[in-house]
Amino acid sequence: MYRYDDYDQAIVDARVEEFRDQTNRRLAGELSEDQFKPLRLMNGLYLQLHAYMLRVAIPYGTLSGRQMRMLAHIARTYDKDYGHFTTRQNLQYNWIKLADAPEILAQLATVEMHAIQTSGNCIRNISSDQYAGAAAEEIEDPRPWAELLRQWSTFHPEFIFLPRKFKIAVTASEVDRTAVKLHDIGLQIHRNAAGEAGFRVFVGGGMGRTPMVAPVIREFLPKEQLISYLEACLRVYNRFGRRDNMYKARIKILVHELGADEYRRQVEEEFLHTRTLGLDAPMDEFDRIAAGFAPPAFETGLSDEIDQTSPAFARWVGNQVAAHKTPGYAIVNISLKPTGGIPGDASSAQIDLMADLAEAYSFDELRITHAQNVVLAHVKKSDLFAIWQKLDAAGLATPNLDLVSDIIACPGLDYCSLANARSIPVAQKIAERFADLDRQRDLGELKIKISGCINACGHHHAGHIGILGVDRKGEENYQLSFGGSGAEDASLAKIIGPGFSEDGVVDAVEKAVDVYKALRSDGERFLDTYRRIGEAPFKEAIYG
Amino acid sequence: MKILTGNDLTSGDVIWWTGDGWSRHIEHAVDVDAHGEAIAAQEEAARRVNAPYVIQGEMTEAGPRPGHIKDRIRAVGPTVRTDLGLKPADPSIGEWVI
Ligand code: HEM
Ligand code: SF4
Repeated sequence: MYRYDDYDQAIVDARVEEFRDQTNRRLAGELSEDQFKPLRLMNGLYLQLHAYMLRVAIPYGTLSGRQMRMLAHIARTYDKDYGHFTTRQNLQYNWIKLADAPEILAQLATVEMHAIQTSGNCIRNISSDQYAGAAAEEIEDPRPWAELLRQWSTFHPEFIFLPRKFKIAVTASEVDRTAVKLHDIGLQIHRNAAGEAGFRVFVGGGMGRTPMVAPVIREFLPKEQLISYLEACLRVYNRFGRRDNMYKARIKILVHELGADEYRRQVEEEFLHTRTLGLDAPMDEFDRIAAGFAPPAFETGLSDEIDQTSPAFARWVGNQVAAHKTPGYAIVNISLKPTGGIPGDASSAQIDLMADLAEAYSFDELRITHAQNVVLAHVKKSDLFAIWQKLDAAGLATPNLDLVSDIIACPGLDYCSLANARSIPVAQKIAERFADLDRQRDLGELKIKISGCINACGHHHAGHIGILGVDRKGEENYQLSFGGSGAEDASLAKIIGPGFSEDGVVDAVEKAVDVYKALRSDGERFLDTYRRIGEAPFKEAIYG
Repeated sequence: MKILTGNDLTSGDVIWWTGDGWSRHIEHAVDVDAHGEAIAAQEEAARRVNAPYVIQGEMTEAGPRPGHIKDRIRAVGPTVRTDLGLKPADPSIGEWVI
């Protein structure tokens, strides 16, 4: 893994001391809330429904056992013994005391972690592929680029006050596990006709109140020009983004209003200039970063055999284990979606256990996924049984990856002050309705995503089935939509009709699933059937 | 009735105005009538509350109840983790929050 150098450590440590001083001044009355709020937000500290909430960045979703253990330690010592893994590969604590926040950040800094740029109109934590460095189809590990972007964007003075927040994802695979087209900038490493690797640059995707799938703004960007090109993209945005209207301030609106061609033209024009400024990282600096992501020392000559005599283990292997590029190894997906549980929540003990497993079996590395699960990326097949036993004993072995109960849900009205309705109970009820694992398996890949308000933190626009909580005259109400995808076949879900009560939406989901079951062709997922037959049969079954 | 609420500056806890101070228990909330904004300003200046606001509530036999579901959830904690709220063992909570 990448380790901080002296610069990284020094700026993070300095930031902690600065925030400690700011917090002391707030508590002593020298700063008003109006003065303090932007300062605490710059350090990831929000005020939510029940308490302060701290969002900790997990750069590109990768962390070590030691870092994971620190997350558990903080949950245990300063919070209520659990944390919430988010769709942006971060971790949120829901019950933080203001007076503790500086000390928590100081402790995080000892394991090279922080909460910088987890809020505000800046470049947020860069997200990446949870199978990075492990997937067979990947061109190269995308994380050195994500780390380069982290260093470039951290405290970048030009991009600290953008018109609005800015989210970047990096992947190096055609199979998209990052929702690359639903980010402000999505970077996909691919090969051109000459066989060289470079970036395909998507700009202007996003969810929120105006969802957009990003157009390709550059089909092929030589890798060594990444920084100067992104500076050009951001400069055009910084200059023309709608600062007058918060709801139109994201880059997706600018790209949409200008049109992709005009935005591209302006970026290229700017790029002619930014290219000459010496902004791109020297390649030896990139190589230094990349060395931190060198493949671990995989053993050779390992067997690919997995003894699957235990049916429960075999089911778990069948659903949670993905192919690894190295013979004898596998990728393990740990489900944070036990039936009836809270999507993305993990107790301190579970977080510790996952840290133990990473240290013992996966070269001391964990990944957080945007679907709010955890991955052990480099596991020996011969260790799978031992891992499964430990996960199972801790309630972490539900074999439901990408199935109907593997639901993404934002915190919603149970925690979030912006929410209109609760998300978590809907997820719980759907998971309970479909608790039968045979039924889930039969239904195959079915991604349900739930947000408690239009901000779309739960990616409902990208759900095969999307659910949006709204406020109808003070009552929780749920809009149902179909046909979204956050993967390589990205699309936006479409609302099917009038909304439902909490129980009503669970029934409607089941009716839709029944339509799929009745009308699917061989091998079709729910999404494929919906795309083929259209909304009419679903509408008929739900409202007819 | 009008209820004044906010979060404790230091702990972040949800608190309710009781007439002469703050309580974490909605049962202790009083009707602030038209004085909510003034009390809020004074208490905020004294750093006893963060982000105070006045809500519409209702006095019931069981005590004061916030009018909006959001503040009812604030009064008891996350509905999905009643074990973390102030009254983990109170089965009546479900009857009035949602
Ligand atoms: C509880 C505190 C949170 C607050 C106050 C908050 C606020 C917001 C707001 C205002 C937006 C819309 C931004 C815009 O359209 O300009 C947004 C979008 C988003 N948030 Fe959150 N959020 C919170 C928690 C979360 C959590 C827990 C997750 C992950 C589960 C998350 C992930 C996202 C994502 C993925 C988007 C969509 C990105 C996009 O608009 O392109 N947020 N959030
Ligand atoms: S979608 Fe809305 S309710 Fe859910 S976390 Fe985001 S802001 Fe809160």
